[in-house]
Amino acid sequence: MLAYIIRRFLLLPIIILGVTFLIFCVFSLLSPMERLATYIHDPSTLKNPQSVERLINKYHLDDPFPLGYINWLKRIVRLDLGWSQTANQSVWDAICQRFPATLELVLYSIIPVILVGIWLGVISAVHHNDMLDQTIRVTAIIGWSLPTFVFGLLVLFIFYGILDWLPPGRLSSWAQDIVYASSNFHSYTHLITIDALLNGNISIFLDALRHLIAPIITLSYISWAFLLRITRSSMLDTLRKDYVRTARSKGVDEHTVIHLHAKRNALIPVITVAGMMIIGMLGGVMITETIFTYPGLGFWAATAAQQLDSGSVISFALLFATLMIVGNLIVDISYALIDPRVRLE
Amino acid sequence: MNRTVRKLFSNASSLVGIVLLFIFIIIALFAPIIAPPLSDNPYQVPRMSWDVNPQPPGFPISDDIREVYDFMGTEIKYDKAICGTAEGGYDIFYGLIWGTRTAFKIGLITVTVAGFIGVFIGSISAYFGGWIDEGLMRITDIFLSFPFLVAAMVLTTILGRGLDKVMIALIVFGWMGYARLIRGSILSAKEETYVMAAKALGVKDIKIIWKHLLPNTIFPVMVQGTMSIGSMVITAAALSFLGVGAPVGYADWGQMVSFARNWIIGAPGHAGQYWYTVLYPGIFIVLFVLAWNLIGDTLRDILDPRLRGEL
Repeated sequence: MLAYIIRRFLLLPIIILGVTFLIFCVFSLLSPMERLATYIHDPSTLKNPQSVERLINKYHLDDPFPLGYINWLKRIVRLDLGWSQTANQSVWDAICQRFPATLELVLYSIIPVILVGIWLGVISAVHHNDMLDQTIRVTAIIGWSLPTFVFGLLVLFIFYGILDWLPPGRLSSWAQDIVYASSNFHSYTHLITIDALLNGNISIFLDALRHLIAPIITLSYISWAFLLRITRSSMLDTLRKDYVRTARSKGVDEHTVIHLHAKRNALIPVITVAGMMIIGMLGGVMITETIFTYPGLGFWAATAAQQLDSGSVISFALLFATLMIVGNLIVDISYALIDPRVRLE
Repeated sequence: MNRTVRKLFSNASSLVGIVLLFIFIIIALFAPIIAPPLSDNPYQVPRMSWDVNPQPPGFPISDDIREVYDFMGTEIKYDKAICGTAEGGYDIFYGLIWGTRTAFKIGLITVTVAGFIGVFIGSISAYFGGWIDEGLMRITDIFLSFPFLVAAMVLTTILGRGLDKVMIALIVFGWMGYARLIRGSILSAKEETYVMAAKALGVKDIKIIWKHLLPNTIFPVMVQGTMSIGSMVITAAALSFLGVGAPVGYADWGQMVSFARNWIIGAPGHAGQYWYTVLYPGIFIVLFVLAWNLIGDTLRDILDPRLRGEL
């Protein structure tokens, strides 16, 4: 057990190094001139051939591959990620500024994934083959086949276009004035819902929440549709186990059998999948934020990709890969800790 | 194999999947008849007007476009946008019909190539074990460290727009699942006596993998492949939606949906007036993916008797 955890931690830097190598390989497909564009602040410098020559030398962009990789790695370690033309600020500043918005979105999306996915999965299994079960199943499989960008546009169409309940963006303009321009509003965490509560400003909290609901639903529905399937089949498996039958024949009431005896064991495999689903939502962030013009990392990365701002896109990929590696590590270790049957060597 | 086919046709949900797929195959095969191309490149969606605004279903081809075709001597074989036009006057109906070919092309090519790469790496890894296994599996881990869509987006941003580039990106980051799957199966199969016997007879390693191990372990990979055709098509469409996929005007469902993005809310006072821009392409994508998922789901049930009768 301990050996497994140590091994995973030792592998962590190797995998991250591998990721940087892979990203640099992709980056090297660009010419030195194209790569230079990610270093400079003023695009007009690129028009002067002499300064281009000088800058390519300065940043060692025509070095042989191994040297170029080491130089690039040194800069990454110093968090010197270059200049983002899309955001018109340094890439690192762009990331820091947008990270809280994305974090807020992902954190809130965990709630429906866990609650709805697991709750509906258990209900579906308990009412096996009922009308209720069939309805939940069909909804889940259709939900699973519905791409995020179609679903998101439908949500926007219905709840903003027709009903005008859930507007896009992160805040209404009146709330923006208070949050970003007023001296009375203090940003402690940069998560607007939490900051609003800390400032005791309920109307801003509600406004932020109103903007969050549609992106949360869009980001999380695939995850909970999937989790529902897993919970359901795991729960069905457990309900057929001998110890459940024993409990029933002893006369334990049905509620206790389901919630105390069966559910706890059925949820063990679900936890890993839930962790993977939450990490998997990172990939959906770009689409969701683009649809709802939500000012987070994903929206920025998608805009950068359209404008061929390769430096920003590559830094975004590096950040998300790191988040995913760390997330997977946490999930794997917690799984090994939770399930006593898993004795991984 | 017979049992599998019988099972596929006797199960209600996979039957729905097969019927849907059959309809899509018909559409793809008869695309030139259903929507006759107006230019040399049939994958270029014709424009019905130069107008930026989408036009409702039944919109007739505009006079200035008609003049262009008359000038070029092209015969206009149909003159109405049955499903309306998307942003920029692109005919939605034409895009949907020829987009079916695009979807099949993307799904089948990427899954086949990625499957081959995955099976190759996974079987080598499992059969030889030791350092080869360790090294290849860590490389697999590195490729798996990226969210699929993010990785594909990075590669298409670097390579540039175009359907071929999209497919390259999907293949480069799409083989890892197959590698892990086949590795697991071969690890257990290689301990079987028939493999030992082949080894004792001095059969070459490559031949053991190809003739003895793969035929016994390939079925789960094929199921996985069927199930991921849908997700490959979705990811390709998502790239087009983000504006880094197929070039503008290419017959591709994702692009049809992305055309809808700016219009979905409708003009003030006319909420939802452009519903057709998202509805028709949305239905095509969902049904196509659903068809593959239903078939793949049943195949998985057949493969794993434990799951039989469950979702």
